[in-house]
Amino acid sequence: MPESPRGASTVEFRHVTKRYHAGAKNVPGAVNDLSLIVPAGKICVLVGPSGCGKTTSLKMVNRLIEPTSGQILIDGTDAATRDVIELRREIGYVIQQVGLFPHQTIAENVVTVPRLLGWSKDRQRERAEELLALVGLEPATYHHRYPAQLSGGERQRVGVARALAADPPIMLMDEPFGAVDPIVRERLQNEFLRLQEELAKTILFVTHDIDEAIKMGDLVAVMQQGGILAQFATPSEILANPASEFVARFVGADRGLKRMSLSRVSNLELRRPVTARVGDVCSEARRRALADPFAYLLLVDDADRPVGWIGEDEIPTEGRLTESMAESMSPLLDRRTTLKDALSMLLDADVQAGIVVDRRGAVVGLVTADMIADWMRMSAVPLSGSEARDQAGEAVEA
Amino acid sequence: MIRWDWIASNVPALVDATIDHIVLTFVAVGVGFALSFGLSLAIHGRRSLGGPITGIAGVLYTIPSLALFAFLVPFTGLSFLSAQIGLVSYTLLILIRNTVAGFDGVPGDVLEAADAMGYGRARRLLSVELPLALPLIVAGLRIATVTTIGLVMVAAVIGQGGLGQVMVRGFNFRNDTAVYTGAVLIVALAIAADLLLAYAGRLVTPWRGSAARGS
Repeated sequence: MPESPRGASTVEFRHVTKRYHAGAKNVPGAVNDLSLIVPAGKICVLVGPSGCGKTTSLKMVNRLIEPTSGQILIDGTDAATRDVIELRREIGYVIQQVGLFPHQTIAENVVTVPRLLGWSKDRQRERAEELLALVGLEPATYHHRYPAQLSGGERQRVGVARALAADPPIMLMDEPFGAVDPIVRERLQNEFLRLQEELAKTILFVTHDIDEAIKMGDLVAVMQQGGILAQFATPSEILANPASEFVARFVGADRGLKRMSLSRVSNLELRRPVTARVGDVCSEARRRALADPFAYLLLVDDADRPVGWIGEDEIPTEGRLTESMAESMSPLLDRRTTLKDALSMLLDADVQAGIVVDRRGAVVGLVTADMIADWMRMSAVPLSGSEARDQAGEAVEA
Repeated sequence: MIRWDWIASNVPALVDATIDHIVLTFVAVGVGFALSFGLSLAIHGRRSLGGPITGIAGVLYTIPSLALFAFLVPFTGLSFLSAQIGLVSYTLLILIRNTVAGFDGVPGDVLEAADAMGYGRARRLLSVELPLALPLIVAGLRIATVTTIGLVMVAAVIGQGGLGQVMVRGFNFRNDTAVYTGAVLIVALAIAADLLLAYAGRLVTPWRGSAARGS
């Protein structure tokens, strides 16, 4: 078995079903004919209410639970045909309770799988340091501590480091950030996403929190009671086009806002403002401003950086434009600004248009609240009822 | 009145009796632990064995010690073996209960993590479950040892009592000094054994209490 970096694997569920005997107690959720493909290097979030079989699905990948029927293929190979111990050592596993070994130091915990694989002591030590640094824990400080001496957030980082130790191509994460407070959770989520940008593992991630699913997932599988896959798509697709009433309810009435927080100014076709430079001839600028439906002229400097708005009626008929003529400014946005932030800033501004600038601060275009609302309408195909439409409408007007 | 001269002139006999006492205790707890550990592993592997095994150990535990030793004499005589059969029987319940509780107390998430990372059955038992069960196992050993040190005294009725012999002879010859000396030495032995085991327990579980000590 190679111990060098192995990149990522594709994970495919093919008609996977897990049934439990009727009347059996304390069993995890059943799974009903689940088929989906997680492409290599992507984060797929399994999300749904409790008892929807999301954890069961996760645990069938490393065979902590064996499916009743169907197959799970890892890079095309049926997991059921693999030696189970060997298989598990190639799959990282992170759970909510972390499950660190209380009797081992942090360093020992981190290199659990390398130890099982028989790496040399030197190599284990090196790897432990590397991983602790990777998850933001100072190796010299944490190396010799025991899990009981760490905070919840620190323990969770160690859990992630341990799962990454043997550089597995697949990671399974079951509510990994569920047991820490919201502030720490957000930090861990962000750090993990940054980590994933470098590592590009194939990750199956279970949560009951739709916001976490939308934030973490490249793909989101919404599951419902009885282990039925309700929808499998990208987060923005699920928010824009929920496949059923169940999905629409599950993603919540504020899914318009959620969708705006996923979309960025770069998704919009920007409006071209009427601009004029300081020192330009007033009459000519006035003529152009009046010809445009937008009621303001945007005054810019020599480098096309915005100076401020001049109402089209306020532009003198003769003379030249000066900086003092600008009455007000709008919030400056860049292409990476989310639509949610953009809208929020627009609602506060005098002139309800956000000025989009490039990296040098030069004007690129305008964003108005109407444009955001239009984009929301255009990109969503409402489902059967009027409910979805109403919700999207409310979200924008709110 | 304590006769110090009696003690002074009987030091070798007292030392011998103390050594006998320690050997009787050590062998009884050692054999008892070996049996209990095996039986506990059996219970750990098959839950259904738990009832019968602890049931039998419980019955043995309730037999009055004096009666048990008397009952054994026709079969195994006034021998070391008779003493050990009795003493070992009494350790079983305590040791099995604690060992099983120790294994049961290993957190489920730790076991799940171990399985998920590719521990085999035996390896998980040896390097995860056993270390985590140690605190309760050691606690069981402490109780069993202290109890056995007391029980060895009773084995004096079949002539195998260690320091108990000293006390019995003291009663018979109205020698208060011998009675008190035996009693004090037994108590001292029990306390020493308990402290020693407590210390050993801390040595083998360095991770415990470390949170309190902090960084």
